[in-house]
Amino acid sequence: MIEIKNLHKSYKMGSNSLHVLKGINFSVEEGELVAIMGSSGSGKSTLLNILGMLDEADSGEYTLDGVPIKNLNETKAANYRNKFLGFVFQSFNLINYKTAMENVALPLYYQRVARKEREKKALMYLERVGLKEWATHLPSELSGGQKQRVAIARAMAAEPKVLLADEPTGALDSKTSLEVMELIQKINDDGNTILIVTHEADIAQMCKRIVHLKDGVIVEDKKVKQVRASSYVQ
Amino acid sequence: MFSRDTWKEIFETIQKNKLRTFLTGFTVALGIFIFVALFGMGNGLNNTFAKFFGQDATNVFYLFPGQTTLPYKGYKANRRIEFENEDLADIEKNFAMFMEYITPRIRRSGLVKYHEESNNYTTYGVGPAHQFSEKTMIMQGRYLNETDIKEKTKYAVIGRLVAKDLFKGAEPIGEFIDISGSVFKVIGVFQDDGGDNEERIIYIPYTTRQLIEKNTDKIDQIVLAFKPQIGYAGAMAFERSLDKYIRSKKIISPKDPNGLFIRNIADQLKQNQQFAGVLQLIISGIAFVVIISGIIGISNIMLFVVKERTKEIGIRKALGATPRIVTTTILMESIFITTIFGIFGMLLGIGLLKYLGNKLAEDYFITSPFINTGTAIFATILLIICGTIAGYVPARRAARIKPIVALRDE
Repeated sequence: MIEIKNLHKSYKMGSNSLHVLKGINFSVEEGELVAIMGSSGSGKSTLLNILGMLDEADSGEYTLDGVPIKNLNETKAANYRNKFLGFVFQSFNLINYKTAMENVALPLYYQRVARKEREKKALMYLERVGLKEWATHLPSELSGGQKQRVAIARAMAAEPKVLLADEPTGALDSKTSLEVMELIQKINDDGNTILIVTHEADIAQMCKRIVHLKDGVIVEDKKVKQVRASSYVQ
Repeated sequence: MFSRDTWKEIFETIQKNKLRTFLTGFTVALGIFIFVALFGMGNGLNNTFAKFFGQDATNVFYLFPGQTTLPYKGYKANRRIEFENEDLADIEKNFAMFMEYITPRIRRSGLVKYHEESNNYTTYGVGPAHQFSEKTMIMQGRYLNETDIKEKTKYAVIGRLVAKDLFKGAEPIGEFIDISGSVFKVIGVFQDDGGDNEERIIYIPYTTRQLIEKNTDKIDQIVLAFKPQIGYAGAMAFERSLDKYIRSKKIISPKDPNGLFIRNIADQLKQNQQFAGVLQLIISGIAFVVIISGIIGISNIMLFVVKERTKEIGIRKALGATPRIVTTTILMESIFITTIFGIFGMLLGIGLLKYLGNKLAEDYFITSPFINTGTAIFATILLIICGTIAGYVPARRAARIKPIVALRDE
């Protein structure tokens, strides 16, 4: 599903440049649930942003679902994002003046899905994250966990090839984190490919594979026995 | 791109961001409103001005004889110059092609009596053409005519206030009044826009006045009107040749400043028009500045709106919005808001002008303020276009920002 070869990325910080990714080689199969771990500054978010086409690599190859991702202009990137990727952010990034349902329906709007169809689908995905009765509420009326679930529903609504989650539990308490992880595992069980960036070991343990990043290189890449989030919930 | 769906999305955004919509719209509406109101009031000021100076005919010369100050051709200085009936005829004969009409004017004041009522009034002995030079409007009866002049009838045309004072509401037509000892029959009542004093005047045939004054043929002043077709330059040339003609006829030195006076309304008219032009220029200048500050205001608010939406734009882009869609949506929104509020402000301004009407005429010299619909619409469209451009630049920049940058500001 994802193929990365010799990926480099550096940021200019005034006069000196900061080499963040120093040759990443990495691939993800369909249906995997991968945790990308590392301390802050290890380059894990940068890697995810490049995977999500929110940012561009300096050099290296990136193939997503057989499509080489290169020479992206903003329009092309937007179309690829819309078609291939779903995003879940640490800070939820819901549009605050749109209701839960409208937020979920937004990627479908950019796919030019008809309005009725959009609403139907959005409701369906909200139901899947257990928030159907909150459909008409604004983000400000939802709790953190609920917001993240709406965000996940939104990411799923476009039926992406890959779901990218940047610290999805970073802003949540441990109980809510478990609920969100349970949802992510459930979505993965349905066959969706998911990448999670996290620095929390217990969250990483709930994935099927852990990739350790340190100073811009992969230091460890191992399959783990998945811990089900439901096992924590009494 | 212009599908119903796009519009729905735009309406929703507008509806759900009431404060933002209001701020943007308010700036536009206010700008246009002030522009329309100011421009209209400027026009109103001009109206008042035109009214002040436009009460009498504007194609008129007034000729006054004076007293010479220079000896000339054997005549001593300090000779009093007088006009006679013959001069009228001569001017008419010599300048027929430039002239519209001519009338003498003999001004006297005296006690006027009707039954028990009496008062002092100014009496003008005039010809029928005097009606045109003063724009006298007949309310009742008639004005003096050629027959009155020829037959030296003892007829009088009295001002509205003379009738009011002397007759106290009774019918004045056909009544007889005593003007300085001579009895005149009232044949007409007039009104005049020139103010109360002009309605306290009595007109009688100038020949009758001359008959009363020992059958003289002297005339105080000559009022003559040139044909408007000859234009300003023509009028000035006419004035010069008229001056030359009378000076040679009356043997006045061409250099004598006091022998003959010609008051040329055309000259005044030109000055007045220049003054009105300057006034209009000042008003246009102010209106222009208002429009500019309106544009700056809209640009500011647009910049702010787009800045405020940077994060939202980042989210939308992450979800698959192309820069084109983002820019278009923001632009459509701003055009929609500025158009609606712009028209609203314009109508409000026009409404205010309509409402004011002549309410400010007394105290502020603003008579029936108005604005050209074309001007108002032009200003509105200008503001909309400028607002759009002002919104386009930051919108485009925001749409080009990488979503990761837009999303970062947390």
